[in-house]
Amino acid sequence: MPKMTGAQAVVEAFHQEKVTHVFGLPGGACLPLFDALYDARFKVVLVRHEQGAVHMAEGYARSTGRPGVAVVTSGPGATNTVTGIADAYIDSIPMVVICAQVKTYFIGSDAFQEADITGITRPITKHNYLVKDVRDLPRVLKEAFYLAQNGRPGPVLIDFPSDVSLAEIDFDYPKTVDIRGFKPTLQGHPGQIRKAAKLIQHSKRPVVYSGGGVVISNAADELRELVEKANLPCTNTLMGLGGLPGDHPLFLGMLGMHGTVYANKAVNDCDLLIAVGARFDDRVTGDLTKFAPHAKIVHIDIDPSAIAKNLKVDVPIVGDAKQILQELNKIISPADTAEWIKQIEVWRKESPLRFNDDDNSICPQFVIQRLSKLFGPEAIVVTDVGQHQMWAAQYYSVGGPNRFLTSGGLGTMGYGFPAAIGAQCAYPQKHVVCITGDGSFQMNIQEFSTAMVHKLPIKIALLNNGFLGMVRQWQEIFYRHRYSSSVMDGNPNFVALAKAYGAEGRRITSKPDVDAAIEWSKTIADRPCVLDFAVRAEENVFPMIPSGKSLEQLMDMA
Amino acid sequence: MAVHESTPVQQRIISVLVENRAGVLSHVVGLFSARGFNIDSLAVGETEDPSMSRITLVAKGDEKTLEQIKKQLNKLIEVIKVQDLCDEGFIDRELMLVKFRASPAVRSQIDTLVKEYHILIADENEKTLTIESTETRENTKKLFDIFKTMEILEVVQTGAVALSRKAPKD
Repeated sequence: MPKMTGAQAVVEAFHQEKVTHVFGLPGGACLPLFDALYDARFKVVLVRHEQGAVHMAEGYARSTGRPGVAVVTSGPGATNTVTGIADAYIDSIPMVVICAQVKTYFIGSDAFQEADITGITRPITKHNYLVKDVRDLPRVLKEAFYLAQNGRPGPVLIDFPSDVSLAEIDFDYPKTVDIRGFKPTLQGHPGQIRKAAKLIQHSKRPVVYSGGGVVISNAADELRELVEKANLPCTNTLMGLGGLPGDHPLFLGMLGMHGTVYANKAVNDCDLLIAVGARFDDRVTGDLTKFAPHAKIVHIDIDPSAIAKNLKVDVPIVGDAKQILQELNKIISPADTAEWIKQIEVWRKESPLRFNDDDNSICPQFVIQRLSKLFGPEAIVVTDVGQHQMWAAQYYSVGGPNRFLTSGGLGTMGYGFPAAIGAQCAYPQKHVVCITGDGSFQMNIQEFSTAMVHKLPIKIALLNNGFLGMVRQWQEIFYRHRYSSSVMDGNPNFVALAKAYGAEGRRITSKPDVDAAIEWSKTIADRPCVLDFAVRAEENVFPMIPSGKSLEQLMDMA
Repeated sequence: MAVHESTPVQQRIISVLVENRAGVLSHVVGLFSARGFNIDSLAVGETEDPSMSRITLVAKGDEKTLEQIKKQLNKLIEVIKVQDLCDEGFIDRELMLVKFRASPAVRSQIDTLVKEYHILIADENEKTLTIESTETRENTKKLFDIFKTMEILEVVQTGAVALSRKAPKD
């Protein structure tokens, strides 16, 4: 067994876990770790703010399905990761975060740059560790990577005191883990799967409601087989987009607050709802008493606590979505849904997604449509949070899983740009399109430097309306147009700012210039590029079901 | 209709087997505050296997909440096993120490109670009389109600500890 320091052991474990990128920023307590990282055979990406590091790790993880890794220093370095960790937790993103800590004998003394990061992150990590003895380190590292990606994925944090990083060990990285408290069920119960198949066969108006779990478990092919074999219309959650290709004839678009009218009507009228890897979030269900009121519910999820948390379920199936769908597909036969699909198509024709673009001003929805057309289904789309995010979800036709990266559960403004950096690091040859707004973009705009250093050709489609758009929309509708602190006076010249970093940029102010600008951005291969679209300032996201309400209160374009 | 019907709030004794490691208790307790669950009492100690501790939790909630409590506990990585003891037969005990101002009246009341309950005199001096009771939760509550009519100086209770009556599976 080779002798090495704790810090070197971490780097060696990263090698064994086939880590390709580590996102981080050094500081006092993690000098030993960064010294060891100096010799690493993977890329170490220096960020400009630790929040950027965790979102980059998330973007890397969401696009590859492999755990993202972030390394930061103690105290403020650690606390700056909190938002990204919470984001990864609620969206089930595999991530390993190593926070340096003050020396073990200083812990609890209010030492310089000390923060109780295991205490702070307890409710937002899948698990966390404080390593006080270097002999525990190999096991902890192995467990951290294992826990992050097995069962329902999530972030795992290791609090790593600097004296432990300097202590020597005989490093022997475990081949396996044995955590007696963590044995996730993967195989679905065959009896339950048979029950589900029977319900599907006898249903007249079934709908599949699939979420991020399908993407995570790499079950998109199985989902597609299911809906095609049994003729099931399918809607996706925000996190589930790409689970079924956006142009699939049985795809109804997203459901919920800003979902399509036809997806919401289908859920409202269905007699069977087949939830796969989704968690009945309030942005999906609205008023629980009026959600899928006529339906029996089949719920497939790897997390037993997600089942029956919000609604009663008729056929719960705990396990991995991919394995369960494979079993289900073996025994499923077509349901008699021709009439039902015809009905849904009527709704689709009556109330399609729509917007008025009868002049030369730029509709934000139009920009997304053009991005979708010109970058196509293979691009990785990363969004920030707000109106542009909902328009992206509605109008970008996502080609497949792991290609729509968004902050779903936490709704973190500032997620988009760093997450796009993480995705572009993982896929240098792909188009990575960051759809953002002027509010969100400024929350992590400092990462331009990071993108420049690594020559990342991220396309930043900035839907610039001069507002915190979604806040403004709610203020317009629910607060009598009182735009309290939602006006973004003081926005910079984004093109000039991009150029100050050495990046590219162009401002687009009229509709006929949109396509040319997008095509131009494709020619820039070695640096980020901002497309600053001056979009209609007071455009609203429709359809909209107000928070906690039902389909009856749906608001749509006039 | 798929909405959970409202069900009456009930109290449950939940036995939780956990890894005997630093920080485990904070994960368990933190879960309750983070998810808004109520703990009535909690008692923890090492088991026959020194690598494990057993936590006896008394918690309150409607059916849906209690179900979530058990599922969320199970989700914690350091939790090895969660048993709802109310689903099976169980033995429960709670220890209570009560300090009274010493007086002949108190002494004689205690002498009467000793015949009915598991009470011992733990300490006695000129000024105070301290008793210990080891009883079921039910009897502890009864006793406490009686004691409240007497001149109590201080009280401490451990919360319930409980074990299933069943033989554990090998």
